Amino acid sequence: MSEYQITAGFMPLLDSALLVIAKEKGFAADEGVDLSLVRETSWANIRDRLAVGHFQVAHMLAPMPIACNLGLTPLASRTVAPMALGLGGNAVTVSNALWAEMEKHGARADLDPARAGAALKAVVAERGAAKRSLLRFAVVHPHSGHNYELRYWLAACGIDPDGDVEIVIVPPPLMADALGAGTIDGYCVGEPWSTAAVMAGRGRIATVKAAIWKGSPEKVLGAQAQWAENHPEALTALLGAIYRAALWCADPANREELAAILSRLAYVDRPADWMMPALSGQIGVGDGEIVQVEEFFVPLAKAATFPWKSHALWLYTQMVRWGQIKHDKANVAIARETYRPDIYRAALEPLGVALPGANAKVEGALKRATPVGSAGASLTLGPDGFFDGSLFDPDKIDDYIASQARRGV
Amino acid sequence: MESQSLAILVIDENHLRAAIIEAGLRESGHDNVTVVNDIAGVARTIAAINPDVIVIDLENPNRDVLENMFQLSRAVQRPVAMFVDRADRASIEAAVEAGVSAYVVDGLKRERVKPILDMAIVRFNAFSRLSRELEEAKSELEDRKLIERAKGILMKSKGLSEEDAYALLRKTAMNQNRKIAEIAQSLVTAAGLLGEDK
Repeated sequence: MSEYQITAGFMPLLDSALLVIAKEKGFAADEGVDLSLVRETSWANIRDRLAVGHFQVAHMLAPMPIACNLGLTPLASRTVAPMALGLGGNAVTVSNALWAEMEKHGARADLDPARAGAALKAVVAERGAAKRSLLRFAVVHPHSGHNYELRYWLAACGIDPDGDVEIVIVPPPLMADALGAGTIDGYCVGEPWSTAAVMAGRGRIATVKAAIWKGSPEKVLGAQAQWAENHPEALTALLGAIYRAALWCADPANREELAAILSRLAYVDRPADWMMPALSGQIGVGDGEIVQVEEFFVPLAKAATFPWKSHALWLYTQMVRWGQIKHDKANVAIARETYRPDIYRAALEPLGVALPGANAKVEGALKRATPVGSAGASLTLGPDGFFDGSLFDPDKIDDYIASQARRGV
Repeated sequence: MESQSLAILVIDENHLRAAIIEAGLRESGHDNVTVVNDIAGVARTIAAINPDVIVIDLENPNRDVLENMFQLSRAVQRPVAMFVDRADRASIEAAVEAGVSAYVVDGLKRERVKPILDMAIVRFNAFSRLSRELEEAKSELEDRKLIERAKGILMKSKGLSEEDAYALLRKTAMNQNRKIAEIAQSLVTAAGLLGEDK
């Protein structure tokens, strides 16, 4: 017997896992939620359907609810993010031709962002001197983790993302083909779309999100704010279901079944083999080489479903950095209030879920896995470092923004 | 007339639906309509025709690509934004339900665009209905063919008249709480396996 009808939009990506499993393994039904999942073809559709009420919640790019609330999207209604849907899950893939050039300048199959970035910078310089066209990288959307981490990586390696290379938008299922055809030279995307290129022999994975910024946000559960305010019990029930789904996804014993479910036509509609690298951390980077990546995609551990305000604020600083929004106190407040750890706490505390002591943290401060004091069960956080060793203190936003502006990119 | 000189671009991978929209626009007096089915090269098209209004179907997997293109002043000569009449919520919902979105150049008056969007909504809905009806008609035709074959099998193997054959199918369907077409399908399949479906 279902008390709550909830329709959720999602995109065919591996990290839709928590929503998919909440439905497929009955966790939603157990909480009295009749969860309908609707697969969409674009983030614009997810945004529009949430705005007109076809969806009450959706699988959303972590920056998207913030962008909606800041008025950056064409059609928007107030959106809140009461829960994250895991950490990590993305990779940067380059064409075989570009990899060959990078290897000549020292890139190795170790996914190290500093080494890969230095090699790429040398390639960019060489191409510039030879008056060759700019390298073109693709991301899924301007307001995405992919866009910001790609730019962060490039900039930290001395490459100007808007001057030394071109960044374009391409839908994920078309990226591997575009790489093969040579219309793009690289891309940053969620799984399985990097593995897709590797499986087809069209590209090599150069580095991963989990190395650029460990434990970083990628997708959140976006909820239409008015609906969330009017239906707190339904939302609470859904968050409980998603949490149980995250527990299930985190169990290595369930990996094969998870891969099989995600591979279905209704979900990602690609082979189960393509899901396994992200789930196991055994990343095939190309030419048969495998690199073990700790925490490539984290469904539950390290407070992976907690909507950190520091994550919201970092994403905001990157919107400012790349000229998407003007920086002022009002905008900071909007960004901060988009993520709702208060809703998360209220929903999950009764379940005895481990909750962090604070709603924000200094990002990059944890060099290794650290047990932290928490309300409820025990909790370990970190490592959460940026590959260049920087720190982001959410209480010192002006300084952080100024330091990034001073560096010139 | 000034209102008919708007440059309209329709981006839709579905050739038939795009043709229906184009016809509707021309019938309303818009003679400056361009249809694009494939977005390869669309940036050039946009630069060449400098559209006032761009109509895109919601199923288009390239919506994110296109929206990004509209935001870049390099690709378009004037800023293009999604048509959202915040005072007209019903219109936005109707558009999303119909599966169409419209983008308009900055500064274009709402009154000039709304008739275009309304027409697009009507045509998209008409297309959906037509597609559904076509599917239903095809399905019905196939069912009838199946029933004919099943009747033929029963008439031949049990020496029944056409009416009795049909009555037997219908009775079986009612007893098993299934559709006549399903029973017919089962019979045709079985007969095929047994070598009797001649």
